[in-house]
Amino acid sequence: MTNSNTDIRSSAEKRSRVSFGIALVVAGLAIYLLFGTSTQPGAMTTFGLNLLGSQAAVVPDLVVPALPAIYLLAAISVFTGAYQLARGIRSTGWLVGILTFTFVTAFLMWGAQDKSFNLTGMLQSSLVRATPIALAALCGVISERTAVINIGIEGIMLMSAQAAVVAATVTGNLYVGLIAAILLGGWVAAFHAFLVIRFKVDQTVSSVAINIFGTGATSFISSRFMQAAGDKLNNSGTFPIIAIPGLSKIPVLGPVLFENNLIVYLTILLVVVMHILLYYTPWGLRTRAVGEHPKAADTLGVNVYLTRYVNVILGGMIAGIGGAYFTIGSVGRFDEIMTAGKGFIGLAAMIFGNWNPIGAYTSSLIFGFADSLQVKLQILRVPIPSEFLLMAPYILTMIILTGVVGRAIPPAADGQPYEK
Amino acid sequence: MSNTTAPNTKEKKRSGIWSELLIPALAVLSGLILGAIVILVSGENPLVAYGALFEGSFGNPLDLVEGLQVYFATGETKELLRAIYPFTESLVTATPYLFAGLSVALGFRCGLFNIGAEGQFFIGALCSAFVGYSIKGLPMIVHLPLAILAGALGGAVWGMIPGYLKARFGAHEVVNTIMMNWIAFRLSDWLLNGPMKSSGFRPVTPNVMETAELPRFFPDPLRFNLGFFLALLAAYLLYWFLFKTTLGFEVRSVGANPDAAKYAGMNIVRNFVLVMFLAGGLAGLAGTAQVLGVDHWVGQGFSAGYGFDAIALALLGKSHPFGVVLSALLFGFLRSGATDMQSMARIPIDIISIIQGMVIVFIAAPDIIRWLYRIREVKKEEAVLTRGWGS
Repeated sequence: MTNSNTDIRSSAEKRSRVSFGIALVVAGLAIYLLFGTSTQPGAMTTFGLNLLGSQAAVVPDLVVPALPAIYLLAAISVFTGAYQLARGIRSTGWLVGILTFTFVTAFLMWGAQDKSFNLTGMLQSSLVRATPIALAALCGVISERTAVINIGIEGIMLMSAQAAVVAATVTGNLYVGLIAAILLGGWVAAFHAFLVIRFKVDQTVSSVAINIFGTGATSFISSRFMQAAGDKLNNSGTFPIIAIPGLSKIPVLGPVLFENNLIVYLTILLVVVMHILLYYTPWGLRTRAVGEHPKAADTLGVNVYLTRYVNVILGGMIAGIGGAYFTIGSVGRFDEIMTAGKGFIGLAAMIFGNWNPIGAYTSSLIFGFADSLQVKLQILRVPIPSEFLLMAPYILTMIILTGVVGRAIPPAADGQPYEK
Repeated sequence: MSNTTAPNTKEKKRSGIWSELLIPALAVLSGLILGAIVILVSGENPLVAYGALFEGSFGNPLDLVEGLQVYFATGETKELLRAIYPFTESLVTATPYLFAGLSVALGFRCGLFNIGAEGQFFIGALCSAFVGYSIKGLPMIVHLPLAILAGALGGAVWGMIPGYLKARFGAHEVVNTIMMNWIAFRLSDWLLNGPMKSSGFRPVTPNVMETAELPRFFPDPLRFNLGFFLALLAAYLLYWFLFKTTLGFEVRSVGANPDAAKYAGMNIVRNFVLVMFLAGGLAGLAGTAQVLGVDHWVGQGFSAGYGFDAIALALLGKSHPFGVVLSALLFGFLRSGATDMQSMARIPIDIISIIQGMVIVFIAAPDIIRWLYRIREVKKEEAVLTRGWGS
């Protein structure tokens, strides 16, 4: 029995090893064929490292000869692939990292040849764009760790976004707006929890109802009240950028990491806190136990229902912060259906990140990066439709879900109601 | 033995149908009552609003009487057509709901949650529009079926991909269909701004040829067309497939208990792929009916909300094809009437989504309805809809 088990595992490992190796070699060849052959020999690519209006020390821009750099990147990719095929590198993270890094960098070298491209600006906007995705993903992580699926994050964020801007505009205080968003998010999640725990409503169905209701309710309120009232209800201003003294002076890193608004910092803080809570505290152990094997947890005296209520509501509050980001965290006003599917991408990020906070945040960054890259490409007029780049995160998620490239494993009891 | 019990079971069956209908009816009623409260809170009169809703969806009975009088007196049809316009328009609105609802219902029957009806709808619409406008010079008898087939096939392939991924790799269809929706939206953004763009400024496709349009029964502006009857036919065929064929029995068995079905020698993989193929095809037909019957072109945001509404009405119709027909008609009348309510009673059309959201909650949690209306519980096993992300 054990023998056949290890056989299966080793064959799966072998398959994953070979497919990774082939992927890297193919990527290397693709870099050479797609970008190398169509780059002018003498072309230089300029990466801007300074952000206008930032406090960071000014550094000279990075000017790279495009063609040699592309050849180097292609070589790195092929060499890593060959090494992987021959010997095998254990770390999936490194492989994915090398694959994306070489391909994306070569792509940028090619796309921005003879032009200037603001690298710092793009990294900064990646982080900002990743924020709502990350908050949605964290909401997913915390509730699915107790085996409650919540795909109503989109609806929760939409409602919180509206609550935040209205509360902040009426009171003139952005913090009141943030608190309103958090409370509303918590309440909606509590309703979801109540339906799925008390009435054992199908978790996906309940979430879908929240999405439909959220879209309808926010659009209703928006067109019935907010449009007529104009700025009286829908003009809150946004959280100011807080530059962290000292650290924000560092070139490149300063503007990217240390000149952001409250919600961006809060998100990073939440990731760290949630990681510590989940893996290093009794609460985290209980949470994970309830998600993996509720019966065993119950037998050992953990209150399964209470844990689920608490986590789902906490998740809703985090999604509430995510909603607040859309209005008082970025544009200062509410528009109908402004979340535009970020809640669903958050779910993808959660799966991509293997149901843990740091993984979820990292994958949100990748999605945010793809998002901001797409905007930059439109400016650079690269002859590739930006829509295809926007598809990449979705396609990646589907590939990850097939389990061919590193399998995502959900909590064992995910989606199942618990009966004593 | 069977002879003596026959009348008894028949009676039981009849009362069963009534109790099946009771909960959905009460759920809709409760949704409407909550909607009335929302209207009241927003400072309008619910009676006026619902009056406008009724008139917008069924038409004004007085107009109809007058139209008939004019018709019989003079043979003039203008008044009569104006009177039946709201009613036919509701049926036009119900048509895509019907197809899309059947798509989701079929998925539920096999234990699959098809959230991707929206994307399949869009792809189906784009495929049928492409065949509709790009092929010229065919007679209608060839062109129209070809365009319909293209739409169905486009949706079917879009639906089959998550079905295959589920069957082969165990990748959960809920996530994959959501991802496929977004891929469909991005793809259509590109197509409508590039390869499929008409010569104007707006990102829309050219109009389909007249030979690819679903025939309309009345002169303009009435848009009532063959699509509605095709949808009814699809509902009947789906009923026949699910309840009268061996394959349909397999589909339902897999939905009820995949482990037992597997043990009985049924091919789970084949069933998943087949069901998602057919479900995608039905959703594709929803888009096709909308393009070929109503709009004649496709623009951005074409499929707005159909996918989620389809989930609502599949649940409301208890995933039974005939139940879906009833709930699609209900949604068609609500949506179509709400447009009038918006202009006459200043109630935004989004009130319908609020009502829908509440109806889903009530349908999914019948205990709430039973508690609200003090109905005794009938012990019955509830259909399992989804099973987590994993298997």
